[in-house]
Amino acid sequence: MRIVVDFDLCESNAVCMGIAPEIFEVRDDDFLYVLDENPPESMRAKMEESVQRCPKQAISIAED
Amino acid sequence: MTTTTVIVGASLAGINAARTLRLQGQLGPIVVVDADPERPYDRPPLSKQILTGEWEPEKILLPAGKEDLNLDFRLGTRAKAVDLASRQIILEGPTGATETSSFDSLVIASGASARRLPETAGIAGVHVVRTLADSMALRAELDAGPSRVVVIGAGFIGAEVASSCRKRGLDVTLVEALPLPLERILGAEMGQVCAQVHIENGTDLRLGTGVLQIETSSVDGVERVRAVALSDGTVVEAEVVVVGIGVTVNTQWLEGSGIVLDDGVVCDNTLLAAPGVVAAGDIARYPSARFGRTLRVEHWETAIAGGEAAARRLLAEASGEMPAVFDPIPWFWSDQYDRKIQLAGRPMPTDECRIVHGTTAEFRFVALYGDGERLTGVLGMNRPRHVVQLRALFDEGVTFAEACERAAAL
Repeated sequence: MRIVVDFDLCESNAVCMGIAPEIFEVRDDDFLYVLDENPPESMRAKMEESVQRCPKQAISIAED
Repeated sequence: MTTTTVIVGASLAGINAARTLRLQGQLGPIVVVDADPERPYDRPPLSKQILTGEWEPEKILLPAGKEDLNLDFRLGTRAKAVDLASRQIILEGPTGATETSSFDSLVIASGASARRLPETAGIAGVHVVRTLADSMALRAELDAGPSRVVVIGAGFIGAEVASSCRKRGLDVTLVEALPLPLERILGAEMGQVCAQVHIENGTDLRLGTGVLQIETSSVDGVERVRAVALSDGTVVEAEVVVVGIGVTVNTQWLEGSGIVLDDGVVCDNTLLAAPGVVAAGDIARYPSARFGRTLRVEHWETAIAGGEAAARRLLAEASGEMPAVFDPIPWFWSDQYDRKIQLAGRPMPTDECRIVHGTTAEFRFVALYGDGERLTGVLGMNRPRHVVQLRALFDEGVTFAEACERAAAL
């Protein structure tokens, strides 16, 4: 699974960081950084929750 | 035996309830009813990207509404009445014809409607922003380039509409009856900061000011707004007026049904309103042990979480499992001009408010609220990282003093 963020949509509400801080990090510059674009399968539920809870629908999961 | 579920409301709470039921294995029919004829859409952009013209309606369709979940959508259809004993609901379709539908379980997610000013019905140029149709109608009038827009009510909707109008280069007068905007939610000190944000961005802010009258003129037989007479004695000429004075819950169809109503549908702490009946979203009033009172929360995230929880509550009832308690930490954001305001928790306006990062002068800060003992709120202005990190403190049960120390260390 690969995490894809549409940075044109992302407005750094940081909801994803609250769900999975090991994958998503909003820094002091107010931008979102994806720490691991290929999270392990064990993170799937949290990744799907991040997709659902993003207020901007900016996150998607690609299956490679 | 298959279960038939009727969900009244196809917005965020209703659609997430439907999705959760289906993904958790409900095989029977799921009927999703909404008075709005549009496919399910997201509301936050209605006062922002839709209004500024940056986004077209297609972009705000809810993903769950586009998934293949085998839902029986009845859009443009209004719930009129429900009989819990016979498990029947009366629906009025787009043509005005009524039909009776049977259900085993019911999800009440009919939300709320924008309050309007009395005696303004039918006056052209007077708008509310609640539905996509509302927002598109207002946008069309903003496209025409009015010389001034008067926004009545400086709550979150009013503030965002004022901000969107300023982005379009329009002159805006924002009228608020209370001495400070958002004072009942954020307290006086932070209300003052929010007032300053409007002023810095060129909005003509009139605080402690009521509306006496919408003045109209007749153009080609159409009564149209011409000006707004205010309690400070001024008359503000404007071709467009936007009313943002809160909402009323859509509970009319539940009156006399036996469902307990009290500014919302009264639920238990698992969102159950009656056997086989749950409520979610803006309409659900539930007891919060976390905040020591009943809450009715009109936030985007609570609508998603509530829809999911309400669906799981029905499934737990059917399977005999222990239901989960619904008591999330309320959280919302509001984008005004180039500022992002986020609040986690539910402070009382009289709670102590302490700045723990940044300064209000730079409009980039974090403030914590406490009731003398507990942490009750985390407010951020352009500080999303801190808000999300400090939100986690609610579940750690730290005192207000500890929360302030932890915040300073971030």
